[in-house]
Amino acid sequence: MFFGVPFTVFGDDSLQYLNTIKGKRAFIVTDATIAKLGLAELVVNELKPANIECKIFDGVEPDPSIKTVEKAAAIAKDFKPDWFIGLGGGSSMDACKSSLVCYAAGIGPLDMSPSDFFDIRAKARLLCIPTTSGTGSEATWAIVLTDTEQNRKVALGSYETLPDVAILDPRMVMSMPPHVTGSTGMDALTHAIEGYTTTWRTPFTDGPGLAAIKLIFENLKKAVDNGKDAEARKSMMYAASQAGTCFGNGMAGLAHSCGHALGGIFHTPHGVAMGLYLPYTMEFVANGSEETLQRFAEIARFCGIAQGSDKECSKALIAAVRKLMKDIGQSPTVKDLKIDKDKYLKAMPGLVDRAVNEAMSIAVTRVPDNEDLQKIFVCAYDGKPVDF
Amino acid sequence: MALFGTLEWATAFMEAVNASKAYEEAAKTWEGDFYFIIEPGGAVKELGYTYVDLWHGKCRKVDVVTDATKDKYKPEFVLQANVGTWRKVAEKKIDSIQAIVTRQLKLTGNMGKVMRAVKAAQELVNCVTRVKTEYPE
Repeated sequence: MFFGVPFTVFGDDSLQYLNTIKGKRAFIVTDATIAKLGLAELVVNELKPANIECKIFDGVEPDPSIKTVEKAAAIAKDFKPDWFIGLGGGSSMDACKSSLVCYAAGIGPLDMSPSDFFDIRAKARLLCIPTTSGTGSEATWAIVLTDTEQNRKVALGSYETLPDVAILDPRMVMSMPPHVTGSTGMDALTHAIEGYTTTWRTPFTDGPGLAAIKLIFENLKKAVDNGKDAEARKSMMYAASQAGTCFGNGMAGLAHSCGHALGGIFHTPHGVAMGLYLPYTMEFVANGSEETLQRFAEIARFCGIAQGSDKECSKALIAAVRKLMKDIGQSPTVKDLKIDKDKYLKAMPGLVDRAVNEAMSIAVTRVPDNEDLQKIFVCAYDGKPVDF
Repeated sequence: MALFGTLEWATAFMEAVNASKAYEEAAKTWEGDFYFIIEPGGAVKELGYTYVDLWHGKCRKVDVVTDATKDKYKPEFVLQANVGTWRKVAEKKIDSIQAIVTRQLKLTGNMGKVMRAVKAAQELVNCVTRVKTEYPE
């Protein structure tokens, strides 16, 4: 077993670390909004003292496709960068990681495997700068791309796609609108709770998971209510990265399986889908796994949510998740996402097939079968508690 | 009781796969053959290759070849590990995807295709657990 974490630079003005890196050319992978907000320019300016020539690829779409990655890699091939910089949310960072592998190893995005060694650092190093506080992609080797032909999310990765450096500069997240702050924050909470309770967890993932959950319960509402609350923003940024470390080494769980399935078919934003399914899938696992029930209780006690029996604490934690979602205006049901019920039910075989074939579905202490997943999806439509 | 890595074991595994309704359902669209390679170590003196051809929820063929005859098949996927790791996977001490991701089980082939067939992989491991197996340790 092993545990990976990038060299992490954090705090006010931590972007200045870019002044000090050694190299010749940096390929910045981002999206058009980030470029428009001037955040890519901030990065370019900080690289000037290091005499690093930059090229910006700002063509990353939400849920980046395999084609986008191939396009970025083709541009990089001509530019010959020795740094790849992922700037943005999970989409930009994941597109950056995968385009680096394609560029350095000369393979397609789907050809990467954790078993292979591509020696990508012989060609370029990887630096990630998040502009949201949720994905945690800057702290993981995981990559999620979208196969647009099959309307399916594809989880990929190689240990070489763990960034060399992560820069957590709070000014990069200060302009996030409240609904994005909320949904990405719920994504981070999902990473931490699931990473803390999977079968892949280790003593190394427990600490960052617990710390992240506490920070999120204490700061997410503050960051949503007042985007200028620098301390809350900073805490959320750190929590998201810690949550990334937790699930990146310890795997995610069922909310991810269900959320990816929903996102693949209905294109629901990642964080919205994760947060939505989190309480339902927590109920499902806790109802059938003493081990996870105990872990939920540990979280509740650590965060000061409840004291008492494991069952009471576990219930209180799930209730606290639901309350937080309500407090920050996140949709608690699929119905609230304005997804037509008939279309949702018609898509059920596809939802179940996608969810059951996610690696996260077998990394939980209560592995669902197709029928279980269908019931969870149905409960989440109208907001019925999962009592089976 | 069949010795892991032998034709006897592979045949018993094929029977277990073809008797599994759960695997048939989970892998109904799967098309792809494998080499399961056992690395030398301990009682295993040389590389051992078990060929398994999986097609639409059934196992069409198994075979066992050696390093000298491995070119007999050109499977789409290769999974390779020492016998200890194979045993951990077979006894569900580690899930197969975790074993791949943590490089304990080395995969050659399209990772994306495997990651879209997690349920089938899980059911395949369930089939392995139904084979009474002796390990060369």
